[in-house]
Amino acid sequence: MKILVTVKRVPDPEQKVKFKGTSVDVSAANWVINAFDEYAVETALRLNENAATGEKQGETIVMSIGPKEVSQQLRSALAMGADRAILVGASDEELDSFAVARIVKAVVDKEKPDLLLMGKLATDGEASQVPQIVAALLDWPQATFAAQITASGDSLEVKREVDTGIEVKQVKLPAVVSVDLRIISPSAVINGKTPPTHSYQEGPRYASLKGIMAAKKKEIKEVALADLGVIAKPVTKLLSAEPPAGRKAGVKVKDVAELVAKLKNEAKVL
Amino acid sequence: MSNVLIVCETTPEGALRKASLPAVSFGRQVAEKSGGKVHLLVLGSGVGAAAEEAQKYGHKTIVVDDARLKGPTAEAYAPIIARLAKEVGASVVAATATSFGKDILPRAAALLEAGMVSDVIGVLGPKTFRRPMLAGNALATVEAATAVVVASVRQTEFPPAEPAAGGELSKVDAGEVTSKGATFVRAETSKSARPDLSEAKVVVSGGRGMKEGKNFAVLETLTDLLGGAMGASRAATDAGMVPADLQVGQTGKVVAPELYIAVAISGAIQHLAGMKGSRVIVAINKDGEAPIFQVADYGLVATWEQAVPALTEEIKKLKAAQS
Repeated sequence: MKILVTVKRVPDPEQKVKFKGTSVDVSAANWVINAFDEYAVETALRLNENAATGEKQGETIVMSIGPKEVSQQLRSALAMGADRAILVGASDEELDSFAVARIVKAVVDKEKPDLLLMGKLATDGEASQVPQIVAALLDWPQATFAAQITASGDSLEVKREVDTGIEVKQVKLPAVVSVDLRIISPSAVINGKTPPTHSYQEGPRYASLKGIMAAKKKEIKEVALADLGVIAKPVTKLLSAEPPAGRKAGVKVKDVAELVAKLKNEAKVL
Repeated sequence: MSNVLIVCETTPEGALRKASLPAVSFGRQVAEKSGGKVHLLVLGSGVGAAAEEAQKYGHKTIVVDDARLKGPTAEAYAPIIARLAKEVGASVVAATATSFGKDILPRAAALLEAGMVSDVIGVLGPKTFRRPMLAGNALATVEAATAVVVASVRQTEFPPAEPAAGGELSKVDAGEVTSKGATFVRAETSKSARPDLSEAKVVVSGGRGMKEGKNFAVLETLTDLLGGAMGASRAATDAGMVPADLQVGQTGKVVAPELYIAVAISGAIQHLAGMKGSRVIVAINKDGEAPIFQVADYGLVATWEQAVPALTEEIKKLKAAQS
């Protein structure tokens, strides 16, 4: 399968969020691959391999949008095993969900993949919109929040994580799939090539030394917005951002009796 | 051209899902600022009961009831939502940010060429909203500049709407239903007699420290005594101790009950993002340095093996004395 995976760089979620005036200050951010995008890369690699023999099929292309420095995150996706990368140059001010979706669509139109795999959300903006918007722009079917994918013939059966449990949806290729975190569990990707008895390690794979060396020789093609014929015009504007009101520091109670007394008399929840 | 269209969600049995009502409250707040009216849309197959219920809340309620809409898919629903948004002159289209709303709304937004704001927690203007980002560590003010704006609404931040003077109910044809190669196969619903996690007044959650699934039994006893819902941290669902739909956090559900009891949960940022809005937070953890204590109103440094059965007994005694 020819799979295109989108990769966004985000500030390390473990880092404390800093503010400058009325906006988030990312000047000292430690940039990492959005975790859900890393899961999408892992999913693509699992779909395109026989894990028992190590044999690879199809092609996995990773793409990102942003400044030149994003090549670092693309390089780590290549080290995991993706075949080549595309970096569309753009500044953050030009981008919102709609603009990103238009750019991704333009790359899909050029590359014509069978599957567009994306993370279900980016841990910075948390909008969870782009996969669905791209699917609409492409007029493709969508399967969001995928926790399990079974590939057979020209379609995918996707188990989607929904509020009430699991929803099973079948989509004909080409399609857009956004992945949830359980897609990286040991047997969440079934491709008909890897034996069903195979169990993956939990989580996205680490790049091997060989993978890191190989990634240095792989292509990261830089593309300008103009080359894609896209005018990125954001339709939503972030006016300001501020820290939430912190919770008042609580108290430690010495035992269960004191806890129950406080819950009854002070918090009045019992 | 300043009306609000709220997309309602239905149960597989065709009833109105209560989760739709916070979106109606949001819609009323927007309509107050825009001078428009709140229209409700119910779509699906065999959803007559839901439409009748929805009628109590909207200025007008539209129902699209068609066998081809059985099993919701974004591919079939989004074009109908977009068409009706235009027909009712909506400047804002919204639904609660459930998995249904999150899946379908952005697709409808694309068809409407509408800017979309996700997970709205406050209405500042007809097209200016507040929303959390960065796992709840920043609150953003976002303005959408398009003629139509789409919003998903965080369930815990708006009260369920009260019925208003009921408006008219109109039936509308689905028109052309397009599957775009997508088929709803089935829903595997986890059945529980407990209240819905996102709506419960009390939530008792267990984390990695519970060690294995069978240990959640002690939490179940406490949960049922309090009439609450069970939750879990990602560590507990990842380890397979409890089903994934119990997960509270950035991935999973956002809850804001009156009382949240976190047992053997360390308090990773991703978990805190899903429960920081609770009114009263209790943390029980054997590690006194665990980050969960920084957000807890009441912290008890103890093992769950000691604390939970004792807590259950104390509350039982209290309830007996109260009744």
